Amino acid sequence: MMKTERKKKLHQLAAWTWSWVATMAIATFGPKYIWDDHTVLTVLAVSANFANGILMIIANRNLFNKFDELERKIHLESLALTLGLAVVAGLSYSLLDTTNLISFNAEISHLVLFIGVTYLVCVTINTRRYS
Amino acid sequence: MKNRLKVLRAEHSYTQEDLADIIGVSRQTINAIEKEKFDPSLPTAFRISKLFNLKIEEIFFFEN
Repeated sequence: MMKTERKKKLHQLAAWTWSWVATMAIATFGPKYIWDDHTVLTVLAVSANFANGILMIIANRNLFNKFDELERKIHLESLALTLGLAVVAGLSYSLLDTTNLISFNAEISHLVLFIGVTYLVCVTINTRRYS
Repeated sequence: MKNRLKVLRAEHSYTQEDLADIIGVSRQTINAIEKEKFDPSLPTAFRISKLFNLKIEEIFFFEN
């Protein structure tokens, strides 16, 4: 029963994540390649992407609520580490850019990638710790 | 915290998967409790004690 519900929530999260990625791609490339910078369509695409993002977050929270106590501990520890590292590393990275110590711009996409990889590594290490 | 969950599970011929399904946690959680890497929550401890018809302190032992 619990496993079925958990699997259902996981599939819902996967669906909303893919949907969010798809609307992000449409909002990014649509103005240039599909609708020739039409402002109304761009606003609609960005709004759809934002709404999808909110639904993805709700789906993630719903999955989290189906985790058992050990899984919650693993993910909470990973989230805490990821949040801390994202703030510290993100601001240091930004400083490198503003002080011209790096030749390229500090893009938000680099931070998103860093957060994703850090969370994945933390969850993997924590899961192994308790197995 | 020490426990004798593994012994009790073996006495009742449950696999970790069986016990996890009955208690409502993952198999990994049962494994972590048995290896004393993770202390269960009070509700989980109560469910385990009810299943084996024992008091919580007959299953889990606190050690400083």
